[in-house]
Amino acid sequence: MIRTENLVFEYIRRDEEGNVEGITRAIDEVDLDVKPGQFIAILGHNGSGKSTLAKHFNALLYPTEGEVYVDGMNTEDDDHLWDIRQEAGMIFQNPDNQIIGQVVEEDVGFGPENMGVPTEEIWERVEESLKAVNMLSFRKSSPNHLSGGQKQRVSIAGVIAMHPKCIIMDEPTAMLDPNGRKDVIRAARALNSVEGITVILITHYMEEVIYADKVFVMDKGHIEMQGTPREIFAQVDRLKELKLGVPQVTLLAHELKKSGLDLPEVVLSREELVQELIRLRDRNGK
Amino acid sequence: MSIALSHVNYIYDEDTAMAHPALIDVSLEIPNGQFVGLIGHTGSGKSTLIQHFNGLVKPTSGYVLFDGEDINGEGYDKKKLRAKVGLVFQYPEHQLFETDCFKDVCFGPKNLGLPEKEVELRAYEALKMVGFDDEYFYQSPFDLSGGQKRRVAIAGVLAMKPEVLILDEPTAGLDPKGREDILNLVARLHEEMGITIILVSHSMDDVADYVQRIIVMNKGRVAYDDEPRNVFRYYKELEEIGLAAPQVTYVMKELAAAGFDVDSEATTLEEAKNEILKVFKKC
Amino acid sequence: MLRDITIGQYYRTESVIHRLDPRVKLVSTFMFIISLFVADNVFGYALAALFLGMAIKLSNVPLKFILRGMKAIFFLLFITVVFNLFLTPGNELVKVGFIKITDEGIRITVKMVFRLIFLIIGSSLMTLTTTPNQLTDGLESVLGPLKVLRVPVHEIAMMMSIALRFIPILMEETDKIMKAQMARDADFESGNLIQRAKNLVPLLVPLFISAFRRANDLAMAMESRCYRGGDGRTKMKPLIYKKRDGIAYLILVLYLVAMVVLTILF
Repeated sequence: MIRTENLVFEYIRRDEEGNVEGITRAIDEVDLDVKPGQFIAILGHNGSGKSTLAKHFNALLYPTEGEVYVDGMNTEDDDHLWDIRQEAGMIFQNPDNQIIGQVVEEDVGFGPENMGVPTEEIWERVEESLKAVNMLSFRKSSPNHLSGGQKQRVSIAGVIAMHPKCIIMDEPTAMLDPNGRKDVIRAARALNSVEGITVILITHYMEEVIYADKVFVMDKGHIEMQGTPREIFAQVDRLKELKLGVPQVTLLAHELKKSGLDLPEVVLSREELVQELIRLRDRNGK
Repeated sequence: MSIALSHVNYIYDEDTAMAHPALIDVSLEIPNGQFVGLIGHTGSGKSTLIQHFNGLVKPTSGYVLFDGEDINGEGYDKKKLRAKVGLVFQYPEHQLFETDCFKDVCFGPKNLGLPEKEVELRAYEALKMVGFDDEYFYQSPFDLSGGQKRRVAIAGVLAMKPEVLILDEPTAGLDPKGREDILNLVARLHEEMGITIILVSHSMDDVADYVQRIIVMNKGRVAYDDEPRNVFRYYKELEEIGLAAPQVTYVMKELAAAGFDVDSEATTLEEAKNEILKVFKKC
Repeated sequence: MLRDITIGQYYRTESVIHRLDPRVKLVSTFMFIISLFVADNVFGYALAALFLGMAIKLSNVPLKFILRGMKAIFFLLFITVVFNLFLTPGNELVKVGFIKITDEGIRITVKMVFRLIFLIIGSSLMTLTTTPNQLTDGLESVLGPLKVLRVPVHEIAMMMSIALRFIPILMEETDKIMKAQMARDADFESGNLIQRAKNLVPLLVPLFISAFRRANDLAMAMESRCYRGGDGRTKMKPLIYKKRDGIAYLILVLYLVAMVVLTILF
């Protein structure tokens, strides 16, 4: 679905007079391959290059070196620009700065309008998209009266209405409270499992990635680690070095294991931890 | 030195069709030197509440007392109050405006009418206090990372030498390392300077390890107000109002339910770890 | 205070005025404003008041809400009153020092005040009952013929609608920034004019930076949703005249005729 080959992105830093101060390499030789239908998470601390990477998937930025392919189309090929943007939808961090309409349904219709979808079909798409994120009852509301999580779900509906094959979410939960965060992640997971849309979730909340098929961890513009959440979270100390953490339960299990308890390498959920501890007790008891 | 609220009500958009209560009969006292966590989800009234503490918002009815004096009483000097009760808002972008960090931190003490030497001394001390390197002093605050911006914003308020420091969601949008750094900084300020800290958050995980007391706001009312372990005893009720207790609390409750001999009220990772190890050492 | 400004906001409710075609509302508002300058006597203003009152009643927007927006233009009204009352020549009625009030002055002042109030209420009623998107569509369609003259009609309409959407957001932001600076003892109230202007710097810098940031974000969000100008765009809510729009036009014409008749007759 999305493939990068030796992707490099550099920008030129200038001082106040406009003289070149130096070149910063924001993305450094990234190779990744996202298969259709996957749920992918990209983790990294602030400034690790993960947002810059995301903008390449939507042809908002172009590589300095290397290539980016979206569904087989090179993002630098101008003939396919609008196909790429339609197939790979994008959700941004600030919910206020990506809603264009002053009424929820008009905002959801914005994308299809731009694509030249016939009026009747726009209405159908708006309705089904709002339904998919569970926001249909707010269709006539003003976005200004919605909570952050609801606004983000409207943004997601706006992207779904364009019938994308893939949604790239660039820290969609960073500005939300825990309830909003849960709702947005739930919506993203539903899109992936029910509609089969490929999801690329960029975040630094570790709790949000445990359901991903594959996790990439970025640092200083390149991919430091990749694997299943289980493989990634096994490396607690390495994650800490990369200015990241692990979910509290995983950390507790890790600490217990370090103190000598015979627990598995990684524990992702609290149910799992409780089960393991019970198993351990019963075995010790015998 | 204490802040006390007595039967405070606040109605938002009073006299309009959209009038709705933001605070309902809030009474509480925060004694000097306490480290308090103020928890509630968006719209619970916590933001409105903290703006009462330094007189930015006036209660519709009820009293706000600082050191026993009514801050909304006639002739009360609110400017002085704001120096004593420092409030750092959620987004540093809302307060940073100067060309360099040092000047920005000078803004508060300058407004207090202090002599220039004193202003600069305080700014220097404040920036050092938040662990800001000299080399960044004369950098534009807009070029800083999120975590650094927050430090400058906190320094900007610290330079006024407040007795109470209120921080509204100081960790929002930061990555795990950034969150931990800011929380450790706040804990250090409490420890070293002995000032009262009110930490506003919507995340129990963030505050449970640090604070002495948790005030939970829900729909404009104080829902719970106690030590963390006593508040988390109501984890089921907390969940109903959209706030979960820290993950370890659940683990401990479930272990206790499964017949483990553990203190089910452990709230921090350290406590939980020790409790579990204790059980297994016995076997 | 900032939240008092209702001009440019949309008030969500169900009403026949809300359902009217935006072109009808745009044309009506424009013609209504012209009629205010045609009106020249008590009957004319009474008719305008009646017309406006009817529209407000039909719109289901509470009068209180509309009037709240008037607070924002109080200063403008005040200046109008001062200028017209004291600076119009005519038969002197009162004279204190060099200040004098004339009968003509009073007449013009009253007229101007009514014009201004009606004008503001009339145009805010339009924005209150029309979503910015509808407004954009309406403007684009009404101004459509100008495209021949290479006027970027779509772009203008789009810019306007975005500006309208961000007004409440920036208002709220202004309020927050003010509070954040007041917490550092910033003073926005005292001092002379120059001092006050200087005091606004801590408010304006963060506000502008935020506005630019938002603009940048929004541009990116629009691009990523395939926005590429007006060409080839379809409409979710295309403008189609309905029966009620015809009736509205008819009422408008009757109103205008009555206004002209009243002006000529009396």
